[in-house]
Amino acid sequence: MTTLDAPVTPDDLSRLHADLAARAAREGLVDVAYRTLDGPLGPLLLAATPAGLVRVAFAVQDHDAVLSDLATRISPRVLAAPGRLDDVARQLDEYFAGRRRAFDVPLDLRLVGGFRRVVVEHLADIGYAHTASYAAMAAAAGSPRAVRAVGTACALNPVPVVVPCHRVVRSDGSPGQYAGGADAKLTLLDLETRVGA
Amino acid sequence: MDEPFERVVAQHGATVLRVCRAVLGPADADDAWSETFLSALRAWPDLDRGANVQAWLVTIAHRKAIDVLRAAQRRAVPVAELPDAVAAPAGRDLDLWSALARLPHKQRHAVALHHLGGLPYDEVAGVLGGTPAAARRAGADGVATLRRTYQATIDGGDR
Repeated sequence: MTTLDAPVTPDDLSRLHADLAARAAREGLVDVAYRTLDGPLGPLLLAATPAGLVRVAFAVQDHDAVLSDLATRISPRVLAAPGRLDDVARQLDEYFAGRRRAFDVPLDLRLVGGFRRVVVEHLADIGYAHTASYAAMAAAAGSPRAVRAVGTACALNPVPVVVPCHRVVRSDGSPGQYAGGADAKLTLLDLETRVGA
Repeated sequence: MDEPFERVVAQHGATVLRVCRAVLGPADADDAWSETFLSALRAWPDLDRGANVQAWLVTIAHRKAIDVLRAAQRRAVPVAELPDAVAAPAGRDLDLWSALARLPHKQRHAVALHHLGGLPYDEVAGVLGGTPAAARRAGADGVATLRRTYQATIDGGDR
């Protein structure tokens, strides 16, 4: 086929994209808005529905795969539309800078159900710079013997950092596993210890 | 479709903009581009998995561009007489959009849909009316004229 050298610049497209994101949001067409945020843990993917923050994901979790999963489980109307994430991005910046101890953003926990949901809801009870053991979390969630299930619930927490599953550690005090990698967990625990309770 | 819509914008945004510019010129193309993707975003969850996404978008883009054109014509002050196509100045000093604007209507649209939008000629005929052979002829004639009037590179042969 004959190809025509038809100039379209990246600037044209990013300007048009920004306008599209704003108009689509106004018309209620963005079921999942997302952006990435750089910080000490590398780029974080932040995604929100109109109800609230629905997903935070680390680079090791593969942002593309996470977006595909959100498209399948929530809606394929997924758009890079940073406006909806402004609040949580600002609060995360403050948290990483040691200037914030708790998050105040609406959460959409539709991706977790059952016992895992109960565990995720109890994670917010562990205060800044404090830790709890998996066993203690199991007891708090009303199923003292479900220690392994608590581990799974923490690993699959859809909104890590904001909901502090990094504060759940092993009974011997060692950090244990983390969706963002063991180093990321240590970075967060060190940050909170340094800033203080 | 269950693919994130963002990928559709990333993959096809440039093609849709070329089609809109080919029909409208660069100044009025932005509006048609936005309308195309808003409309596509609305319909995206219901689109069949096997659908040809680019062809679907190019067809929407062409329709939205025509809408913008008609809205502009309704607003325009009528003048006594307008030539169908303005004669090209000597030399290859036009940019592509101006060169396209000087083509006869059907050639311009055939080039927009086929050469810039990648739509096969049988689908071009479906959009413009007439036979695929006539659409192919219009596209080939349009490109032949562009070769004379448009300064930048045109690669490849006509099909």
